[in-house]
Amino acid sequence: MSSTPIRHPGLNLGHAHAEAHEASESLVFGFWVFMMSDLIIFGLLFATYVTMLGGTAGGPGPGELFELKSAFIETSLLLVSSFTFGMASLALKYRTDRKVLVGWLVVTLLLGLAFLGHELYDFHKMFTEGGVPSRSGFLSAFFALVPLHGLHVTAASIWLIALLGQIAVHGLDTQTKTGLMRLAILWHFLDVVWIGIFSLVYLGGTA
Amino acid sequence: MSHRQLSDEEAREKAQELRSYCWGFGLAAVLTLIPFGLAAFTQIATATLYWVIGVCGVIQIVVHFRFFLHITLARNKREDLQLILFTVLILTIMVGGTLWILFNLYYRMMPSMIP
Repeated sequence: MSSTPIRHPGLNLGHAHAEAHEASESLVFGFWVFMMSDLIIFGLLFATYVTMLGGTAGGPGPGELFELKSAFIETSLLLVSSFTFGMASLALKYRTDRKVLVGWLVVTLLLGLAFLGHELYDFHKMFTEGGVPSRSGFLSAFFALVPLHGLHVTAASIWLIALLGQIAVHGLDTQTKTGLMRLAILWHFLDVVWIGIFSLVYLGGTA
Repeated sequence: MSHRQLSDEEAREKAQELRSYCWGFGLAAVLTLIPFGLAAFTQIATATLYWVIGVCGVIQIVVHFRFFLHITLARNKREDLQLILFTVLILTIMVGGTLWILFNLYYRMMPSMIP
């Protein structure tokens, strides 16, 4: 097994980053508590969505509004971005130069922004087909759940840009490292929530 | 020099972690492709398809927790796991309760709301 004592969820930095490794134990655990409470919010919005599935009030339903192809593209973008963030975490742990780390982070950011762009395009198409939040209980529940995930991705992208700035200005100090550890957890977590969204909302809706 | 001077142990750990991310990515990709492929290209019964989507989704969530978030059953990380289990307990009570009460109401008072 690995020699690093495992202290918190996500990739552990280990001996070579002793100070950041110590600091991240409580920081990452605290962030993990927040992540789990966020999971409860998403879980309940999923439940609300399911109870509202029948409430289309004569408006457009899941069969008319959702497209499997765009859901698949968004899923792929998010899954690949999760992997590239994993590569960034490894570069942070094992390399001293910042080029590889920053490279992976920029790729992750671009994938996240592509996801957001595609999602906004999707919502725009839904709007032109009459799928606005005020149309029915079903659409209200949809626009409470899916854009909330989108807002999380937006916030994570802004945080990533801020961290890139921190790397540029302060270099890889303890604060930057622990920030990256926490953002990694948020990023992977958002991909987990998306599994629920594409399974329940998109695949369940078009099946 | 781009790499830190890695000890043998660290090099092994690095290879192991890289393998873990690659496995996670591969498994997640397969578990995504199965339900999307079935939904897009086949005409299997809807009930079967729902089951496949559900089972693949749950396995994929476990894969993400294990390979990307590094949550395992190891003894030294019990607190994180306990927090997840507590969250799952709360979710089961609240989500299960919501579905139970509302669908019971629909059944008795608004049958049109049952999809």
